[in-house]
Amino acid sequence: MTESFEPVIVGFLCNWCSYRAADLAGTARIHYAPNMRPIRVMCSGRVDPQFVLKALREGADGVMIAGCHPGECHYVNGNIKTLRRYHLLKRMLKQLGVEEERVQLVWASASEGKQLAEAVDRMTEQLRALGPLRWPERVLGEDGRGANGHEAFVSAIEPREEVAA
Amino acid sequence: MNHKPMEEARIGVYVCHCGTNIAKTVDVAEVARWVGEQENVVVARDYKFMCSSLGQDLIESDIKERGLTRIVVAACSPHMHEKTFRGACQRAGLNPYMFEMANIREHDSWATDDRAAATQKAKALVEGAVRRVAHHTPLEPLPVEINPNTLVVGGGIAGITTALELANAGYHVYLVEREPSIGGHMAQLDKTFPTLDCSACILTPKMVEVGQHPNITLLSYSEVEKVEGYIGNFTITVRKKARYINEELCTGCGICEEKCPKRVVDHVFEAGLGYRKVVYRPFPQAVPKYPVIDRENCTYFLRGKCRACQIFCPTKAIDFEQEDEIITFQVGNIVLATGYDLFDARRIPQYGYGRLANVFTSMEFERMVNAAGPTGGKIVLRDGVTEPKSVAIIHCVGSRDKNYHEYCSKVCCMYSLKFAHLVHERLPDAEVYNFYIDIRAPGKGYEEFYHRLLHEGTHFIRGRVAEVTDAARQPGEEGKLIVQVEDTLIGKQRRIPVDMVILSAGLEARHDSREVSQLFKMGCDFDGFFVERHPKLDPVATMTEGIFIAGCAQGPKDIPDTVAQGAAAAARVAGLIHLGTVMMEPVRAYIHEELCSGCRICNTLCPYNAIVFHEDRQVSEVITALCQGCGTCVAACPSGVISGAHFTNEQIMSQIEGVLWDVRRNGNGKQPTVNIQQSTANVQQPTVNEP
Ligand SMILES: Cc1cc2nc3c(=O)[nH]c(=O)nc-3n(C[C@H](O)[C@H](O)[C@H](O)COP(=O)(O)OP(=O)(O)OC[C@H]3O[C@@H](n4cnc5c(N)ncnc54)[C@H](O)[C@@H]3O)c2cc1C
Ligand code: SF4
Ligand code: SF4
Ligand code: FES
Repeated sequence: MTESFEPVIVGFLCNWCSYRAADLAGTARIHYAPNMRPIRVMCSGRVDPQFVLKALREGADGVMIAGCHPGECHYVNGNIKTLRRYHLLKRMLKQLGVEEERVQLVWASASEGKQLAEAVDRMTEQLRALGPLRWPERVLGEDGRGANGHEAFVSAIEPREEVAA
Repeated sequence: MNHKPMEEARIGVYVCHCGTNIAKTVDVAEVARWVGEQENVVVARDYKFMCSSLGQDLIESDIKERGLTRIVVAACSPHMHEKTFRGACQRAGLNPYMFEMANIREHDSWATDDRAAATQKAKALVEGAVRRVAHHTPLEPLPVEINPNTLVVGGGIAGITTALELANAGYHVYLVEREPSIGGHMAQLDKTFPTLDCSACILTPKMVEVGQHPNITLLSYSEVEKVEGYIGNFTITVRKKARYINEELCTGCGICEEKCPKRVVDHVFEAGLGYRKVVYRPFPQAVPKYPVIDRENCTYFLRGKCRACQIFCPTKAIDFEQEDEIITFQVGNIVLATGYDLFDARRIPQYGYGRLANVFTSMEFERMVNAAGPTGGKIVLRDGVTEPKSVAIIHCVGSRDKNYHEYCSKVCCMYSLKFAHLVHERLPDAEVYNFYIDIRAPGKGYEEFYHRLLHEGTHFIRGRVAEVTDAARQPGEEGKLIVQVEDTLIGKQRRIPVDMVILSAGLEARHDSREVSQLFKMGCDFDGFFVERHPKLDPVATMTEGIFIAGCAQGPKDIPDTVAQGAAAAARVAGLIHLGTVMMEPVRAYIHEELCSGCRICNTLCPYNAIVFHEDRQVSEVITALCQGCGTCVAACPSGVISGAHFTNEQIMSQIEGVLWDVRRNGNGKQPTVNIQQSTANVQQPTVNEP
């Protein structure tokens, strides 16, 4: 073990474009940072903000949401809904003091393995520079209490309620 | 936060070496050993080739002998072998959806050389799959019946081919064409490269066959307005525009056309080079034979007077009161063959089209050389009488140009060669200059055709034309059009004076292709061409089940390729009709009605309008047959009461926990809670496990 910090990124990749882009990156033997751990969803529109919060809370340093380019979503416009939701989510994360680079939305078509790999490399580099997220300390306060001194909710309820507290 | 599986999960995990493809970078034995210690994992093995029959046997016998209830295979992409392993589960009596794949090849071993990091990532991906699969539930694929009727949109040579292939196979086709006649661009062409057979001679018999075929319902001068449903069961709404002609009475004699006193420039069929009457058929061999009254220009519609056509029509077929008709019908499959638009040469002002009279577009030239066209096949300048003594043909107009279209339009070189040949044939004394970037002649007999032109005396000048101007600077340039070009073969600027310039404009996507793709809920690319399911292996299917594409709507191509694609699309549709039923993935959304707050947020989100609201009970419901399983509503429901089968919140939440096993804070305490990973830079990795 050394002290060098390697961020962990959870990637939500849509089945039709971005997951296949990652497949293609592999098939083409494009080497990129092994820091992103992909989870397949049918459409980027399936990415519930609570998934993102959950990943950050569970120890990820960043989350990448990747979908088809606007106009190319397999389900017509799921990615447009993702885009809208993503802006709201970013605003909320900002209020919690989470840096912008930690949650990124990427468009990668099935033929853009290279672009996806580059996005992962770029994000990994950015997060290396930012350092670990440390969600509990940052969002809930060092002692696990919220910034306003209230006891933060634990388990039972999903993270979005937790954040609202 | 405990996502406990419903029953005791007995999971078997199989880590594949894929020869050395995975084992070279991932310590597969270590992954198998480690995962064997995880919760619910009963069996964990690594094996050389999991997809081989021996590998599959391994899974099958473990299911039977060890009572496994869920399976994880860590190997290649699920797009590669998910089907294979689901099959193995099914053969051993396990529901195929109790299976999950971890992609440790494409997403891991092939993407890095760092063995320690790859092994760590593999553990994370496998653990994600293990935790996810614990929440899988048995699912049954959804059978969908295929309605044997087919909708073909677009009656160019692509749509004509598809319609005839299907109709001749005994299936009913609705062919919807926007223009008054089918035929598309091919009907406008004179001769076709490289064989120079007359376009109309080979096309019109096919058009007639379409018009008379008992299995084809031809809806011309019509457009699709609404598409509802899904593969097997589309409901189509078509607007049949009023022609103001009673088709029951019209015999197609053409007297109305003769008697109509008003003519307008025909920008569609004659490409602006000729006129047509206000009541017209685009061309004499039009199918169907009924004319159309162009309401916008008709004197009767404008001023309430004239009625010449009505007065002279021998069968009283003119009906000024006619209204648009809305027609609905059911089909099982759809083929989109909407073709292309010609690049608008006005967009390149330095070539002078629209400003310099004797600059023509390629389509104008096609009409000009056509014996049935406005000049009766004579090659003349815009004045209609002067024969040009020199003709410049400029290739790649709007194509292979970052400012317009980066792609090659594929047919322009060939039709430019064809034009050169036609000029030599009709005006043997004229000089012909072809300005090209590269000659692209890849096709049967195409290169040979190019060589033929080299012998016919065409001047080939390599270079992108900078400008076409009428500003004479040197003697001999007065009254001419001057083509300014850098001849890249001799590295010199040249000015070539000519009488006529033809712009070989590229093929671009239909101006409304984006709206059409939205209407049919399938994709188009940045250029507006429809996207095929796979660029090599599936060029006629789309990402939307039951919707196929053919011809230039998919990308620029010549007639032989268009016809091949049209026939291929028909074969795909015929295959589905023959099957009668298809099985669909049961990935569908479901609303727990008793918990729905009735907020209706999901109602408008669904791209397929699959969610209905019950006013009486004030709850929403997903119509399973319409749902495509994108999960957008699942993610959006503020009450969290929509579940997406096979992508439930529980499954994904558990997978998140799994992929973060090594960094979780409230994990099982197995791992340190700080974000420090093993650095591999100076650790020598043994290459054991290499099979
Ligand atoms: C100047 C020129 C010369 C050419 N010469 C040759 C040649 O010599 N040899 C050769 O092989 N190829 C040639 N080509 C290429 C040839 O034109 C195409 O390969 C062929 O016409 C493509 O047929 P298509 O059916 O895909 O499209 P199209 O011919 O464009 O037909 C599409 C049809 O769909 C209809 N339509 C469009 N949108 C809708 C809608 N929303 N609803 C209903 N209907 C709709 C249109 O009205 C049209 O009838 C040439 C092209 C050009 C520009
Ligand atoms: S979003 Fe959820 S609560 Fe609102 S209507 Fe739809 S199912 Fe019901
Ligand atoms: S998952 Fe929801 S939004 Fe997506 S198609 Fe089904 S009902 Fe519509
Ligand atoms: S399917 Fe890729 S973003 Fe919707």
